[in-house]
Amino acid sequence: MSIIDRNTTFLGYRRENGRVGVRNHVIVLPVDDLSNAAAEAVAHNIKGCMAIPHPYGRLQFGADLELHFRTLIGAGSNPNVAAVVVIGIEDGWTQKVVDGIKATGKPVAGFGIELHGDHDTIMRASKAAREFVQWASEKQREPCPIGELWVSTKCGESDTTSGCGANPAVGNAFDKLHALGNYLCFGETTELTGGEHIVAARCANDAVRERFMFMFNRYQEVINRHKTTDLSESQPTKGNIAGGLTTIEEKALGNIQKIGKKCTVDGVLDKAETPTHPGLWFMDSSSAAAEMVTLCAAAGFVVHFFPTGQGNVIGNPILPVIKICANPRTVRTMSEHIDVDVTGLLQREITLDQAGDKLLECMLRTANGRLTAAEALGHREFVLTRLYESA
Amino acid sequence: MIHFLLHDPRDTVGVVVVEGVKAGMTLNGWIMDEDKTVSLVARQDIPIGHKIALRDMNPGDSAIKYGLDIGRVVAPIKAGEHAHVHNIKTKRW
Repeated sequence: MSIIDRNTTFLGYRRENGRVGVRNHVIVLPVDDLSNAAAEAVAHNIKGCMAIPHPYGRLQFGADLELHFRTLIGAGSNPNVAAVVVIGIEDGWTQKVVDGIKATGKPVAGFGIELHGDHDTIMRASKAAREFVQWASEKQREPCPIGELWVSTKCGESDTTSGCGANPAVGNAFDKLHALGNYLCFGETTELTGGEHIVAARCANDAVRERFMFMFNRYQEVINRHKTTDLSESQPTKGNIAGGLTTIEEKALGNIQKIGKKCTVDGVLDKAETPTHPGLWFMDSSSAAAEMVTLCAAAGFVVHFFPTGQGNVIGNPILPVIKICANPRTVRTMSEHIDVDVTGLLQREITLDQAGDKLLECMLRTANGRLTAAEALGHREFVLTRLYESA
Repeated sequence: MIHFLLHDPRDTVGVVVVEGVKAGMTLNGWIMDEDKTVSLVARQDIPIGHKIALRDMNPGDSAIKYGLDIGRVVAPIKAGEHAHVHNIKTKRW
C-alpha cells in the first residue's frame, strides 16, 4: 500500500516543451563571474525575479567548459523556470547559453556587457525581466499525473541515523515512484565506495553496469591521483565522523539505502546530463551537497529528497530541497531546517512504509506549491562543478 | 526504549540512537532486518549516532554492519566499548 498510485496528481506548471515544473521562477543567469553584479542589480530592480550568481565561466576549456555550458543551459531549461534573462561579459558565449535555453521554447533574452557597460546592460536587461515577470505571473498551475514529477536525491552531513532511518525512507519512496514510471536520480560517485558492487548488481542490464563501473572507476582515479594519506576529513567529512560514521564503506552502505529495495538502476548520466527515459538514473557527480543538487537541477529534476543526519542546511535556487531526518538531536536543535521528521523509525514507532509515505505526502505538498524549509530560509546554493584549472 | 540498532544479525557493531548512554547502562538493541531485540551492557559512554561493539574484536578483524565489511579493526575492542575512528579504519583509501 502507498499513498500514491497512477491516479495521483499534483498541481504543476506545464511548459512549452511539455515538461512540468513545480515553481514559476524568472531567473537572471550570469554566464560568468564578471556579470554577477549586473545580474544582481536587475534582480534588485525587478521584483519577482531571482539572480543566480556563481564564480566561474572565464577561460575554461574542453570538457570543463562543456560542463559549464551544460549546467547553465540545463538550469535555465529546468521546468521550474518560466523565463530567463542571461547576462555575460561578451555576446558570443551569452548567445550560446540563450540558444541552448531557447530550445525549450520558453522566453529567454541575452545581454552582453562589452560596448555597453553595466548601466546600459542593467537597464536593457531590467526591461526584459519586467516583461518576463509580468508574463509569468499569469501562468496557472494545472493537475498533472504524478509520473511527470522528476525526483532526485542526495544526502548530506550524514551520520549513522541516515543509514538506519532517513535514507531507507527515501528508498521506500523511490521504490513506490519507480513503480509508477517516474524519472528518478541518485549520484555521489565516491560515496558509493565499498558498496559499488551493490549498485552494480542492481543495474538493469550489462550495458548500464559497464557504464556505471566506468564512471565509478574514473572518479576513483581522481581520488587516488590527489589524495594524501587520507581524504583530509572530506570523505567521510568531519561532520560525518562527529556523527559516528567511521569509514567510507560504512558511509556508502548507508548512502545506498536511498535507492530502495526494488528499484533497478536503469541508466547512467554524466554530470548535468538529462535522462532520456523513465526510471532510476545514476549521475556521476560530486558528493558535495550544493554541487550535486545543482547538477540535478541542470539535469531537469524538479523536486529533491535530501536526507540529513547532523543537519546540512542546503537549498537550491530552482530545485526545492526537501530535508528528511531521523536523528532526534538534530530534529530538536535544527527544527527550522527539517521538512520531514522520521525519528519514529529508530524507536519502532513508525514503519518504513509509513516513513516513505510521510515523505511522499510532503513531496506532493511541495510540488503543489508549499515552500520547503530551505526555500523559506533563503538557501539558494548554486555551485558549479569544475573538472580542472582554467587556462 | 530502543538504545541501539543493528541492521543485520551478523553485525559486530550497533548504532546508538539515543542521547545519554553511559558506561554500565544495560541497553536494549533492535535487529532491524529480523525485528528481534537483544541486550548489552555499555562499557563506555557512547554519543548518539556512534557505534557500540557487540562482541570482542582484534586487530585485523573486519567490522561488520549491514551484514557487510565496513573496515579493518586496528586496536582491540571489547563488547560494549565505543567503536569508531580510534579502532576501525577504512580498507579503501
